[in-house]
Amino acid sequence: MSPASVEIKTLKIDGRDVGAREDQTILEVALENGIYIPTLCHLEGLTEIGACRICLVEVKGTPKLLPACVTRVQEGMEVMVNSERLQNYRKVIVELLFSERNHICSVCVSNGHCDLQSMAQKLGITHISVPYRHPHMPVDASHERYINDHNRCILCTRCVRVCHEIEGAHTWDVTGRGSQAKVITDLNTAWGESDTCTSCGKCVQVCPTGALSEKGKSVSEMSKRRQFLPYLTLMREGRP
Amino acid sequence: MNQEDLKEIAEKQKEANAPFEHNIHVCVAASCLSSHSDQVMTALDQEVKKRGLEQCCKVKGVGCMGLCAAGPLVSSGNNEKMFQNVTAMDAAAIVDNVVDEKPAPAAIVLDSKLPFFRGQKKIVLENCGEIDPEKIEDYIAVGGYEALFHALTSMTPAQVIEQISKSGLRGRGGAGFPTGLKWSTVAKAPGTKGKYVICNADEGDPGAFMDRSVLESDPHRILEGMAIAAYAVGANKGYIYCRAEYPLAVKRLKDAIKQAEKLGVLGNEVCDTRFSFRVEVRLGAGAFVCGEETALIASIEGNRGTPRPRPPFPAQSGLWGTPTLINNVETFANIAPIVRNGGDWFAGIGTEKSKGTKVFALAGRVTNTGLIEVPMGVSLREIVYKLGGGIPDGRKFKAVQTGGPSGGCIPEQYLDMAVDYESLASVGSIMGSGGMIVMDDSSCMVDVAKYFMDFCMSESCGKCVPCRVGTAHMYDLLAKITNGTASQEDLAMLERIAEVVKFTSLCGLGQTSPNPVFSTLRYFRDEYLNHIERKSCGAGVCSQPKAAGVGA
Ligand SMILES: Cc1cc2nc3c(=O)[nH]c(=O)nc-3n(C[C@H](O)[C@H](O)[C@H](O)COP(=O)(O)O)c2cc1C
Ligand code: SF4
Ligand code: SF4
Ligand code: SF4
Ligand code: SF4
Ligand code: FES
Repeated sequence: MSPASVEIKTLKIDGRDVGAREDQTILEVALENGIYIPTLCHLEGLTEIGACRICLVEVKGTPKLLPACVTRVQEGMEVMVNSERLQNYRKVIVELLFSERNHICSVCVSNGHCDLQSMAQKLGITHISVPYRHPHMPVDASHERYINDHNRCILCTRCVRVCHEIEGAHTWDVTGRGSQAKVITDLNTAWGESDTCTSCGKCVQVCPTGALSEKGKSVSEMSKRRQFLPYLTLMREGRP
Repeated sequence: MNQEDLKEIAEKQKEANAPFEHNIHVCVAASCLSSHSDQVMTALDQEVKKRGLEQCCKVKGVGCMGLCAAGPLVSSGNNEKMFQNVTAMDAAAIVDNVVDEKPAPAAIVLDSKLPFFRGQKKIVLENCGEIDPEKIEDYIAVGGYEALFHALTSMTPAQVIEQISKSGLRGRGGAGFPTGLKWSTVAKAPGTKGKYVICNADEGDPGAFMDRSVLESDPHRILEGMAIAAYAVGANKGYIYCRAEYPLAVKRLKDAIKQAEKLGVLGNEVCDTRFSFRVEVRLGAGAFVCGEETALIASIEGNRGTPRPRPPFPAQSGLWGTPTLINNVETFANIAPIVRNGGDWFAGIGTEKSKGTKVFALAGRVTNTGLIEVPMGVSLREIVYKLGGGIPDGRKFKAVQTGGPSGGCIPEQYLDMAVDYESLASVGSIMGSGGMIVMDDSSCMVDVAKYFMDFCMSESCGKCVPCRVGTAHMYDLLAKITNGTASQEDLAMLERIAEVVKFTSLCGLGQTSPNPVFSTLRYFRDEYLNHIERKSCGAGVCSQPKAAGVGA
């Protein structure tokens, strides 16, 4: 699209007047203007899926809550990103994530470098009030360089998308329904036996939690190389 | 194929039917077939031949007559005489009765004057039980494909849409969205790469079989409705997304498509006009979520069937990114009659905001279970007590569950309420696709909520957090309440999670999954409290001791 054909919209986010290109999402415009909206499944440079529901915002005149990461701006929109109701819902959603599998941060490789953990801190979550479900989840350490621990996975599918959209390998997929859902490599075979994986490590770097980590890292040692992220956008924009 | 040819086929078929003084119709839809109605039909055929009555008595396989629980069903056409629980051994008695007016054994006589039959108004099901679903000529003989001809040759697409809008028809797949508005949106969408029409025949609601019956009993009606829709919105290709658990429906649809293409009422240059329309059947693996429009589209495209956020709506960007019209089976089944009789005719039936009729699968604790079609606006009491014949075994009515896993339970105080989209919503339930389960005092409402939550939990696609995790927690909490280990805090948590799941889930499955919990809590909170405080299930359903003096 040539820049000349892009219309400019004006809208209000949390009472502030902001301008945006018509093809921008509420999230993009908010970030540009220094307004924080929490996200988990979103990662700049990957397609948006609107799945974690953390970024839901209120838009005046719509009874439904809308995911900021996929909702495009509209002229005259009035967006509230931080109402008490939203804060409350976000807390419950993050609590649900903690309760879903096994998140004992003190023994996790990503302790201190985890998006889920810091989200909980930002939202002021001090304890999890819903019962832990603790399903039996395997750990796949068959890859020579990486480990996949399903117990820490939040099913954000960043790994699925980066591997497919950027690396072009499409090693990852999701199988199963509901709480049985899990990420798999190739046709649910061990990662180490994958024919498609190039061992590029992109999935590990974009994983927001301790689910994907490098071998040899001990508790709290797995920090992800986030400087790697702008590269995603570059790669994407370089595409037709 | 032109209009004259069509008339000729109709006349010929009518002539072929005319010499028969007597008709014997045998239901060959899935339910009766499963109790061996095919053997009944063979026996009847042989009996007629044996007596040399082939020239005056015709035995014909037809679609569903509605009272499936009493099947196999046989009738003498137009439901004059009806027979129930028929076996091959009854063939002689039936021929005796139909041809020679000899009394039939009481055990197989079904009173065709029952309010169950007389209290209905049939539009969608008008041909069910009357025509042979496997013969296009039979459909044409009752006016089939006339509406399509009429639309193609003497109406503009805009005029077709106008009639549909005027009719007030609303989508029968659950949400009740105005069909005319949907069609005009798709018609207006720029479709440089083509447009598609999809028939949603996924029917995932537990216990529902309305769509299956129509597909098995009158498949051409769906094809005709889709073709008219395609003409109206500017599409040339259609898909019927049908669950693989409906093999008979799939077979009859495929056969019907072949017959229709052969006659030239589908395919290239439909009815000698410049309009082309091809239809393909696609099989779904039977995941409830694949009934959701965006998941259904993903599934047809060959991807994992999970929903995506809307907008963009399929009407703007659907199958392969092009404008796509998705309607339910029953919605399409209403199209030909509307075009034939005009939108005003349809708008004259039903209530102010809910027009026409609705097909329900009446189940649970009523005497007559089965398929019924009634005008919108009849009361629940009429359905349960008149058509349904009331509650058996002298028990007491407790609630009606409508709308399946997205719906709710309606208690006794609303029995006289009119059944339409708005009224059902006002009491916390929905029309849904037409499941209707009657419950008596032997049902535990917490257990009912748990049943639907189990379904939603298992059918959640797992994409979004609130639905994937929230439904599992809600199920666990309901299980805790029913087994007598829950506290007041658990109930509070159930309500808290239910609210979050409702307002934050991505698609309709999650958004509506707490409805059975909300509606049972609204009308039967005491039952929840009874389980929690007194560790007792009043109905004696749950796995905890009945408290003394509670229940029967
Ligand atoms: C989880 C879920 C399941 C659904 N299942 C069905 C279904 O089995 N059949 C159907 O026609 N519509 C189903 N729907 C509704 C469809 O998404 C859609 O609204 C409908 O097919 C549109 O047709 P209509 O306007 O004619 O009702 C479902 C919706 C959701 C959210
Ligand atoms: S993945 Fe994050 S939240 Fe989970 S245990 Fe590790 S540090 Fe904690
Ligand atoms: S390492 Fe690279 S190729 Fe292998 S799964 Fe991860 S992203 Fe895909
Ligand atoms: S492994 Fe990591 S990136 Fe992949 S879905 Fe799980 S949490 Fe997300
Ligand atoms: S609400 Fe449930 S079914 Fe719908 S997208 Fe979310 S997880 Fe999937
Ligand atoms: S960031 Fe928007 S839904 Fe996950």
